[in-house]
Amino acid sequence: MSKTYYNPADLRKFGNITEWSEELGNKFFEYYGKVFEEGALTAREKSLIALAVAHTEQCPYCIDAYTKDSLQRGVTKEEMMEAIHVGAAIKSGATLVHGVQMMNKVNKLDG
Amino acid sequence: MSKLKTQSLHKRESALANSKRQLEILSNGIFKSGELPTFKDKISETNQFPLKAKKLEILQINVGYMCNQVCEHCHVDAGPDRQEIMTRETMLQCLEVIKSTGAHTLDLTGGAPEMNPNFRWFVEEASKVGIKDFIVRSNLTIIRANKKYHDLPDFFKKYNVHVVSSMPHWTRGKTDKQRGDGVFDKSIKALQELNAVGYGMPNSNLRLDLVYNPSGAFLPSNQASMEKDFKKVLKEDFGIQFHNLFALTNLPISRFLDYLIASENYEDYMYQLVDAYNPAAVSNVMCTNTLSVSWDGFLYDCDFNQMLELPVNSKAKHISEYNKDLLEGRNIVISQHCYGCTAGAGSSCQGSVA
Ligand code: SF4
Ligand code: SF4
Repeated sequence: MSKTYYNPADLRKFGNITEWSEELGNKFFEYYGKVFEEGALTAREKSLIALAVAHTEQCPYCIDAYTKDSLQRGVTKEEMMEAIHVGAAIKSGATLVHGVQMMNKVNKLDG
Repeated sequence: MSKLKTQSLHKRESALANSKRQLEILSNGIFKSGELPTFKDKISETNQFPLKAKKLEILQINVGYMCNQVCEHCHVDAGPDRQEIMTRETMLQCLEVIKSTGAHTLDLTGGAPEMNPNFRWFVEEASKVGIKDFIVRSNLTIIRANKKYHDLPDFFKKYNVHVVSSMPHWTRGKTDKQRGDGVFDKSIKALQELNAVGYGMPNSNLRLDLVYNPSGAFLPSNQASMEKDFKKVLKEDFGIQFHNLFALTNLPISRFLDYLIASENYEDYMYQLVDAYNPAAVSNVMCTNTLSVSWDGFLYDCDFNQMLELPVNSKAKHISEYNKDLLEGRNIVISQHCYGCTAGAGSSCQGSVA
């Protein structure tokens, strides 16, 4: 399979989304840029959060982008993998905690 | 990065040891996902072509390609197998130029400059000619490499040399991967020894700066925040202090180019450089106030052009022919590797420029 739905080269074209909706696109990038500025959290911490979320969202573009961004900020591979485990733990916890809703429903319907 | 090689490209007889081959690759910028604009066109957009040399402020002298390390990213292709060494005669010619031009900075580089047999003599002589900033680019491990180098911290102190040293990361793993097994521990020890004689202390005149360059196919991030991270960890874990961190971009030449091609990162890396192109960095690229002298005395706009064998565009091609009128205002020789100096905050031997 030489072609897949995702093309890594498309990441470089992300900015082009403004072409078909300039105002909204610009507002998004302005917001996006602000979010990642150093603030109460360092840019390095934000990069690790973004990396973890990129995995829970399973966005290949974001995974590529924030793996590179983390490397640029001196993040080690051990730190990156731990961040992904944090994302994975929350994701699986969030799945499992809904089990309580399922249990409530079972108890109500079939108790 | 891939497993560290232990020989220079020259010794391995790699095709890339030939600078013509490197230039061919750099100029053939047509990639799968588009065409790379030329650096010349890019700087022309803001009327910055041709780049012109200003007054000479920094004389960067490469005193030889011999080195005790064989770092993966080395743009000099230095190593223990390289024999090129500057002679005393050429050094004297360099001193004449410093005296006559009043260049305020002398920047000794290599290889490991300390391995040149005339190194100490040269430092002694050069210290007499009234340089404001006298830099030695020391790879740190040389201080621990052999007994005869153990007194280097005291020697540097005696001549008030400004020590600038590479330190790719504050972790052992990342440092050793780029520079070789054991380099991290030796570098830490050397930094502690430099600190012990007074280098790098907050109020000390004995300047100790570190150079950070990425360990792979990515660009350096913000210099100030990297400096903060380096300072915190080196202080907490090893009690080490230093003054500034210079964040440098790896230029796509020599062993770094070899790595980029072998790891299939070349195309993407060139796009990264172009995407991060910053027109504001152009006017401060280091070639505008620097001359680079090779071990055999020839003149180049910078160390990178020296490695690509792109000599200065001037009738005066050798340090013995130095002539202010011929060299100041000369057009600087550029190629696609120059994108490395203008990406992001810009990159020079003194770190960010924009
Ligand atoms: S220490 Fe410097 S000169 Fe020596 S191989 Fe490493 S990068 Fe090259
Ligand atoms: S690579 Fe050399 S010539 Fe090109 S911009 Fe950088 S310093 Fe100038």
